[in-house]
Amino acid sequence: MLVLEREGLGRRIDEICARHGRNRSALLPILQELQEAQGWVSDFAMQEVARHLGIHPVEVYSVVTFYAFLNSERKGRFVLRLCRTISCDMRDKDRVARQLEQELGIAFGQTTADGRFTLEWTNCMGMCDQGPALMVNKQIFTQVSPQGVHTILEACRRIYGLYPERSEDDALVSAGALQVAVESQEAHA
Amino acid sequence: MSLKDHSSILFRESRPDEGLRKAVGMKRVDIITAVRESGLKGRGGAGFPTGVKWNFAALAQDTVKYVVCNADEGEPGTFKDRVLLSEKADLVLEGMAIAGRAIGAREGIIYLRGEYDFMRRHLEQVIASREAAHLLGESILGLDGFDFTVRVHMGAGAYVCGEETALIESLEGHRGEPRNRPPFPVNTGYLGHPTCVNNVETLALAARVIALGAEAFAKVGPASSTGTKLFSVSGDCARPGVYEFPMGISIEDLLREVGGEEAKAVQVGGASGTCVPRKAFTRRLAFDDASTGGSIIVFGPGRDMLRVARNFMEFFDEESCGQCTPCRSGNRVLLEGIGKLEQGCCSLSHLQELQALGETMQLASKCGLGQSSPNAFLSIVEHFKDEILARQGA
Amino acid sequence: MNTESRMNPDTSRAPVSQKPQVVNARADENAVGAQVRVSIDGQEIKVPLGTTILDAAKRLGVHIPTLCHHADLCSAGLCRVCVVEVEGQRALQASCAYPITSPLTIKTHTRKVRNARRHIVDLMLSEHVGECYTCSRSNNCELQSLAKEMGVVNFRFGQRTERRHQTDTSSHSVVRNMDKCVLCRRCVRTCIDLQEVGVLEACHRGSETTIETFRDKPLGEVVCINCGQCINRCPTGALRANDPTEEIWRHIDNPGKHVVIQTAPAPRAAIGECFGCAPGTPMTFEMNSALRLCGFDKVFDTNFTADLTILEEGTELLLRLHRALVQGDREAALPQFTSCSPGWVKYLEHFYPDYIPNLSSAKSPQQMFGAVIKTYYAQLHELDPKDIVTVALMPCSAKKFECNRPEMVDSGFKDVDYGLTTRELAQMFKEAGIDLPNLPHSDFDDPFGSATGSGVIFGATGGVMEAALRTVIEVVCGVQVENLFDHADIIPVRGFDGIRYVELPIREVGPVIPMFKHLVGDWDWLKGATLKVAVAHGTANAKKVMDDIKAGGRFSECHFIEFMGCPGGCIGGGGQPIPTSPEIRAARAKAIYGEDRSYKIRKSHENPAVLELYEKFLKEGPCGHLSHKLLHTHYTARGAFMA
Repeated sequence: MLVLEREGLGRRIDEICARHGRNRSALLPILQELQEAQGWVSDFAMQEVARHLGIHPVEVYSVVTFYAFLNSERKGRFVLRLCRTISCDMRDKDRVARQLEQELGIAFGQTTADGRFTLEWTNCMGMCDQGPALMVNKQIFTQVSPQGVHTILEACRRIYGLYPERSEDDALVSAGALQVAVESQEAHA
Repeated sequence: MSLKDHSSILFRESRPDEGLRKAVGMKRVDIITAVRESGLKGRGGAGFPTGVKWNFAALAQDTVKYVVCNADEGEPGTFKDRVLLSEKADLVLEGMAIAGRAIGAREGIIYLRGEYDFMRRHLEQVIASREAAHLLGESILGLDGFDFTVRVHMGAGAYVCGEETALIESLEGHRGEPRNRPPFPVNTGYLGHPTCVNNVETLALAARVIALGAEAFAKVGPASSTGTKLFSVSGDCARPGVYEFPMGISIEDLLREVGGEEAKAVQVGGASGTCVPRKAFTRRLAFDDASTGGSIIVFGPGRDMLRVARNFMEFFDEESCGQCTPCRSGNRVLLEGIGKLEQGCCSLSHLQELQALGETMQLASKCGLGQSSPNAFLSIVEHFKDEILARQGA
Repeated sequence: MNTESRMNPDTSRAPVSQKPQVVNARADENAVGAQVRVSIDGQEIKVPLGTTILDAAKRLGVHIPTLCHHADLCSAGLCRVCVVEVEGQRALQASCAYPITSPLTIKTHTRKVRNARRHIVDLMLSEHVGECYTCSRSNNCELQSLAKEMGVVNFRFGQRTERRHQTDTSSHSVVRNMDKCVLCRRCVRTCIDLQEVGVLEACHRGSETTIETFRDKPLGEVVCINCGQCINRCPTGALRANDPTEEIWRHIDNPGKHVVIQTAPAPRAAIGECFGCAPGTPMTFEMNSALRLCGFDKVFDTNFTADLTILEEGTELLLRLHRALVQGDREAALPQFTSCSPGWVKYLEHFYPDYIPNLSSAKSPQQMFGAVIKTYYAQLHELDPKDIVTVALMPCSAKKFECNRPEMVDSGFKDVDYGLTTRELAQMFKEAGIDLPNLPHSDFDDPFGSATGSGVIFGATGGVMEAALRTVIEVVCGVQVENLFDHADIIPVRGFDGIRYVELPIREVGPVIPMFKHLVGDWDWLKGATLKVAVAHGTANAKKVMDDIKAGGRFSECHFIEFMGCPGGCIGGGGQPIPTSPEIRAARAKAIYGEDRSYKIRKSHENPAVLELYEKFLKEGPCGHLSHKLLHTHYTARGAFMA
């Protein structure tokens, strides 16, 4: 990481910690905000957060590795999480999974070479009546069909063209844009 | 709306904040008495009497107490809290404020599972508008000293955080690993203060109990399990969704309502629940019979029950917090056992050993997750032994 | 339950999930409600409110097996081996983590309990790569013992053979083999709670859970201080010290090599434990015989350089005091910190690097000895230093790191070639068929044979301080210590309280003895002063003292502070026999103080061999030019950031 980049991130972490409070119970909100902004929580970020909260870096790492939605490894611009729990399984999630793998050319647990997509399994996300469910960053899609996969990925690619990097309000940008893009495509279809 | 209206308590038309308005005029002890006499039990799955829990928290000596709304709905097949929070957030927040008044807490926290991030804005908006309407904040409804604020705290993708002490660990910035008990959260909870952790549905129902009166509530459902219950129905049925039924409804009656009459089995209570075969569909959904936090998963005639068992065990293998041996290691061993069964190379004696192991996990695990994780495996093996063993030596 | 107390969770390190809230017993055990009746296997007993089931059972002499429980650590209740049946409860309860707050009826070995324990051990075995034949902990492994105790006769749920982790040998001191880990988290609680170092934590979850360092970096690259306390508390062979015995045997077998060993005081008080003796059985002179039987050419006493350390470090202190009090030098870096514990030194280098100037520049006794052997001793015996192999028998795993510090080559060679732990030496004895407790006594070799009681007590927390005070008081006050403290036992600095603080007013001063004439003209400037000293052991206590100093608290007013990295000091070191507990450490300390009493000379500055060394070799006296070259060192500001 460049020194300048690191300084910038350091300042930002300082600001986030000040806002949430420099105590242990602020750890998750702080990490969630960093995760959202960076797409992962870097080594540097974990150590900075530890320093601000007066805890050991390994404790921050331990927490990050515990929660599925916090990552200590860099992920793709879009993280696709397909539900694999029973109700979605019974709704043929395997077909959706195969479609995802084919379209992206990667297996579950992998990230595309261009860094755009990471494909993962996730456990039940509470959409059991509308499965199969797919989560793209923070946006949840339900009743996803193999054809729907294509639409969603196309929408992601278009967003990538406009916003190649995650930004501070990325959740809003990508959720909003994804929803609009997918809906407009479906309307056309 | 995916909710199907019946003899509803939660979803019937009612005057907004009726319960809260009544509670303001009641003594704290009377609120708790009403909840206790209503027979309301926790709707998250464990079924602990809500009035008793509130009473413990009210008796705990501390100037700082917390009400935590457990919205970490993660049990496979459960989504009723999602519906309740999106459609009846006001009722849930009303219940939280009533709980706050009853136990003497001034702060409430909604622990919302990470997957439900899309609801966060909505909830925060509802909180803000209730504050503006003096239904939250300082001097609620003009009652001096009735201060209660609520904030939303996001989970980050960990099923075990639905366990109340794991949830508190998570709130405190730790791994979601359940604590030893005693002491219980009602005495020593969030940041060491008395903390009352209630499920979303429980809080909403508590508000309705105060509004309708304990007696009216207790009249619905059998004596052991009063009131109505939200059921999240998914799987092989014509009309999946959230249903409100009186407690004590039989499985077959429910299946008729949802269009799942053909089912060969029903998973009651999600991955940590129990698998009920067709021959036992007369069983009732109640705390003293087939108990559930709301998850009903219907398995049609063609379902491979071993695949179902594998799906559940994979879930626990990953979602165990990894702290205690029986759960961390036991779930892995059961999953490996399923692999052997699939390959047709699991001896009957090994299967018996796995069943015995499951019983140990139920007895010796540290928390409810580990204690209930073998349920699905054990009940499927018990009821579908022939189907499962048909692969042996094939 | 308003008698509960707990730390503020917002600042506490370990999660509460591994810290059952302690229900404090009421001060008056006879007060109404302070006692609670409990029945265990039909026996009744009254215990103070909040006593755990496990402790209540111990009082009754009822044995309950445990694994994740350790006397030095908060109980976690996570291995579940200690489960018992509590009447009226469906689930079994972990007896180590269940505080009794109401009358209970408990059964400890019902069928349910036995089945559960057996299953739990079966499960542990299924995730443990058990290579008992080749394991350093064979016959001293808690998992092995449990398996035997539970009557395990087969691997019901399989036995892991596939290696999922690479053994981490990056550290000079600690080797981690996570394939043997059963996730009891004793190392985590040791590293985070007991020592406040924070290297190890449980990471990931479910069946993927492992104990990891930050980002799973090798131990050699993180803030590990090498104290080895995790090793002492590991129930299996997942953690062990980096064992040099093969190389040492090779040198012993090589006739071209002159292999000398120096032995520290703490191992003598403990090595007997490896041969079935009770903790605290002194083995000093049996061990000398055994070492010769093994083939070491010379057996020296580290106490010799402990005395030398006192003279160097004590002189340094007096010089700093002189700079501060007489010259008004604000940069004199007081309080002076002891530097003989390499775990503490590395802790300071990582976490308080700004305070490096406060560390005494004097090397530890181990490193002084190495430098003296490869210079003075080599000259004396006309040996080529390159043919000398110096081995240091230490109670310590950090000493292995210390002797490998790149700056420790002042003799022109690696001053100390190997740090050998008490456990490893016991293993060498066993390999050589030596029955240690039954050997005849023999003495240390000259020219470093004479030592004092002051050197011996270095082994226990407070010992360095006591030794230094004995010398400083006599040198400055010109009176016998015995006139101030009976038998020269400076009791206030002894004991196991985590932090001790003592003030010693200097009422009289005496004439300057010849050894110090070149440094100061008189001691008048110390007359009427009050010497403020403190002692801390275990880095968690060190942290408290350091934070107080940073905040300008009373420890910042101290002149001299003894820090030991390990709880109890060297007797509780990371190289000592396993197991360890407060009782075991107390017994070892007793042996150390007993040995101190047995010496005729008990003060470092009276050690004739040390005086001879100054006379013949270090002619400029303590802190002189040659001393500085050979006996003093410098430190590295490491910081805590892991790139």
